[in-house]
Amino acid sequence: MLDDFLIRAGLAGIGVALATGPLGSFVVWRRMAYFGDATSHAAILGVALALAFDLPIGFGTLVIALAMAVTVAYLAARGWAMDTTLGVLAHSALAFGLVAASFVPAARTDLSAWLFGDILAVSKGDIGFIWIGAALVVALLVWRWSALLTSTLNEDLASASGLNPDRERLVLTLALALTVAVALKVVGALLIAAMLIIPAAAARGLARSPEAMAVLATVIGALAVLGGLALSLSQDTPAGPSIVVMAALAFLVSASLGRLRF
Amino acid sequence: MSALIEARKICVSLGGQEVLHDVSLQVAPREIVTILGPNGSGKSTLLRALLGIVPVSHGEIRRAPDLRLGYMPQKLHIDRSMPLSVRRFLSLPQRHARADCDAMLARVGLPDLAMRPMSGLSGGQMQRVLLARALLTRPALLVLDEPTQGLDQLGEAAFYQLIDEVRSETGAAVLMVSHDLHVVMSASDRVICLNGHICCEGTPRVVSSAPEYRALFGLGTRGALALYQHEHDHDHSHDDGLEHHHHPHDHAHHGHDHA
Repeated sequence: MLDDFLIRAGLAGIGVALATGPLGSFVVWRRMAYFGDATSHAAILGVALALAFDLPIGFGTLVIALAMAVTVAYLAARGWAMDTTLGVLAHSALAFGLVAASFVPAARTDLSAWLFGDILAVSKGDIGFIWIGAALVVALLVWRWSALLTSTLNEDLASASGLNPDRERLVLTLALALTVAVALKVVGALLIAAMLIIPAAAARGLARSPEAMAVLATVIGALAVLGGLALSLSQDTPAGPSIVVMAALAFLVSASLGRLRF
Repeated sequence: MSALIEARKICVSLGGQEVLHDVSLQVAPREIVTILGPNGSGKSTLLRALLGIVPVSHGEIRRAPDLRLGYMPQKLHIDRSMPLSVRRFLSLPQRHARADCDAMLARVGLPDLAMRPMSGLSGGQMQRVLLARALLTRPALLVLDEPTQGLDQLGEAAFYQLIDEVRSETGAAVLMVSHDLHVVMSASDRVICLNGHICCEGTPRVVSSAPEYRALFGLGTRGALALYQHEHDHDHSHDDGLEHHHHPHDHAHHGHDHA
């Protein structure tokens, strides 16, 4: 069964949706969309470095994405103006990554696969990597769920309840880096943030509790993956962007159903 | 009885500036203590230091062992991006049974509100929901940061009435912050007047006639704001129950004229 490339692609995409659904909800609640951008754009640099030093690509992207996420979290805690800082970091990370990739022949030839994903070419090994990573993200978020929600609402409230908001922020940072590493092959560095934000935003209009929103975002993400694959197959469109197009259509439907006020 | 919480000579700095200097206070069981001070006097910072949200640079804070704290923040902004019902909010981070949540909502005067979204509450409803959440942990000490901010006078009076009832019912001590002595007069056992340091403290009646208090709130020489009734009947001996705290940079007014 896993020999069929389409089934492998579907499994990989659903694995990604598992992680991006609940994490994307936090990205929306905490207004960290740009944070997701900066972290995922840094992944390109991770790919170039991994190829240059002959390291596993998953490892390279994870390390660089984590380094970027920790840097951003550190600067945020020190009171840097986040809008500007993230704008600088997100685009610089992408530019540095692209320049670095131009020095590495293997990355150069495959560049569009890293930017836009190559879901139709995932191997069994990739699926294993994606599902283990997604399971880790989900486990992390479920384990810290109540604490994460409380410190997202109000950090003082969380502190007074004996929680440590800094630690919860670190949990999200770690989950974000893991998700970027997991999703790179499927939707590509440019569109990972889209997979985080769009399904969660679409779920917002339909959900009445944070838990329902996280689950709905996962379902919408998975449906977007399947719809995007179908579109890609029938119209010969690039798979990663097709998935995001489907997610955007889901958002449109949800928004026109009303109740969407941000 | 020993104190539930005690600060000993604490100093707190925020962004390199000392906001609180040499502040000591304690709250005994069942006591209602109000911290009073103008804007920027460090009232909220003092609460946040007591709760462990901001670190102290000097001094120490002691809590009774296993002290249960209920905290009500000054303001809670719920972003519309998170769908959150009142009932779900009450169970953050600690889960409470649905029946307990509903009973507590009824107690604070908000029956039938459990399923409403948090982002759609009025100011008064939000204050009561925050109080309900603080009470659900069955606290021995309730900490309230300007609990009546944004309420009108009637709402304010009703809220302090509710606090007083809660104290009698549960035996919880209350430590709260206010900027207006007038409205907390009847609801406080003890008032601490703060302006970076403790200016004076004592019963509300005594504090209201203390020169340090009057200087701090501009009731001194001109008397422009001296609109309170208790102006007419206070006595001139500031001694019973009042502690004066003198500091080198204390206010110039040490007497007050009284027509």
